Amino acid sequence: MSKTPEPYCWPHKHLLGLQDLSAEDIRFVLQTAVGFLEVSTRSVKKVPALRGKVVANLFMEDSTRTRSSFTLAASRLSADVIDLSGKGSSISKGETLRDTGRNIEAMGIDAIVCRHPLSGAAVQLSRAVNCSVVNAGDGQHEHPTQGLLDIFTIARQLGRTDFDLTDITVAIVGDITHSRVARSNLYGLLKLGATVVLVGPPTLLPRAFADLGCELSYSLDDVLDRVDVLNMLRIQFERLTSQAFPSVREYATSFGLTTKRLARAKPDVVVMHPGPINRGIELDSQVADGPNSVILSQVSHGLAVRMAVLYLVSGAKHQADLL
Amino acid sequence: MRQIADAQRVSMLIDQLADAIKRDMSGTTDPWAIVGIRSRGDLLAQRLAGRLNFDHIGVLDITLYRDDLSEIGMQPTVRTTEIPFAIDRMQVVLVDDVLMTGRSVRAALQSLMDLGRPRRVWLAVLVDRGGRELPIRPDYVAFDLAQDDSGLGLAPDNRVEVMLQPTDPEDGIVVCSSGPQVSI
Repeated sequence: MSKTPEPYCWPHKHLLGLQDLSAEDIRFVLQTAVGFLEVSTRSVKKVPALRGKVVANLFMEDSTRTRSSFTLAASRLSADVIDLSGKGSSISKGETLRDTGRNIEAMGIDAIVCRHPLSGAAVQLSRAVNCSVVNAGDGQHEHPTQGLLDIFTIARQLGRTDFDLTDITVAIVGDITHSRVARSNLYGLLKLGATVVLVGPPTLLPRAFADLGCELSYSLDDVLDRVDVLNMLRIQFERLTSQAFPSVREYATSFGLTTKRLARAKPDVVVMHPGPINRGIELDSQVADGPNSVILSQVSHGLAVRMAVLYLVSGAKHQADLL
Repeated sequence: MRQIADAQRVSMLIDQLADAIKRDMSGTTDPWAIVGIRSRGDLLAQRLAGRLNFDHIGVLDITLYRDDLSEIGMQPTVRTTEIPFAIDRMQVVLVDDVLMTGRSVRAALQSLMDLGRPRRVWLAVLVDRGGRELPIRPDYVAFDLAQDDSGLGLAPDNRVEVMLQPTDPEDGIVVCSSGPQVSI
């Protein structure tokens, strides 16, 4: 019998960003997520894979869907979950992230899912603790599980079962400057071979992004007819400090995806949004609820992707310990 | 590595399994399903389904139900479970290529119970290798190596592998001297 090649093995103890992953890593986690999709369709929506493990949700910034998605993902793997949020806890009493992390870890936690308003927080935390850290969004840096679930959705929608996105053009539209979703999408999509066009007003689209290997456009209308995917970002009013655009209405006029604009795009263009939607600004209601929209698939895929991530990082930990 | 059955023998063994299952199937009016355990049991289930009249055919991936997940170094690859029908009140034939410790069958049973409540689960294996670590007993065995009188002189660490097309280049059953066992 010929010697089989060494099987691929997930090497990462933490998931901090898609910038750190190889194309092979990304395909592997997405392939793993395919196996988890079915769990949510059963009568018993649970598998015993992480039985006896504990996952801590450490959320220092508001979140509904990401936190509940991670909670549900951990429960479906039979892990126990503790929830810690910034408000109403010692974190708001001035404890450092490092101390918080080490204290949580001392309770016997296997993985911390961390969201933080500062870029780089997850990396800092991963250096302070011995357990796995999964970045659930750090400032303007990365939101890797959102990037993964967006890519998963694109690939499934366009029938790319091998997660090779060659010849697919994805437009990411909106406030690129402040968007960790845009960064994670960009890193992941480029690694899988997609063409990425970042679209937004010049005030929210730094030219330096072109160095990462994507195209930039200041006009949504210019790119509409040649893209396969429109990922519409949320205008993050909480992060916009200066006057990035004259008015919300002007932004919506130039960059909002209206039914009229959608009619000029490819007929089967995939419309995405990471949520929560500002209806009437980034997306018209008819578009958000229309046949091109895969927004709710993104949410259900997010669950499978997060299950895959928690499953894989908890295995890599053992491997790191053995080495 | 030495071959203990060629393609023709494998085909005969599958025929034997099919005949044995057929006798039980004719005794009930319940719906029957056949479910193969990845990654050879599913191929075997397909072959059996081709010889018998099954209402439903499914594939089970037991990775997430393994009892050694916290012991082995890495997380084994998760594949899909594809059972697109309700197994409640069905007669389910669970199919695996080689039965040894019984641990993958235990995992498969737990996984099946999470999918529903079959009326009865039967276990069909092509080869019973012996070496059980759990109280699990097959209903149908085509090739029984569990008895000492098999004349093959298997050592305890010998691995028996079933090869089936299209995953393998040709059908056959081989014995490998040792080496790390990847699947339970």
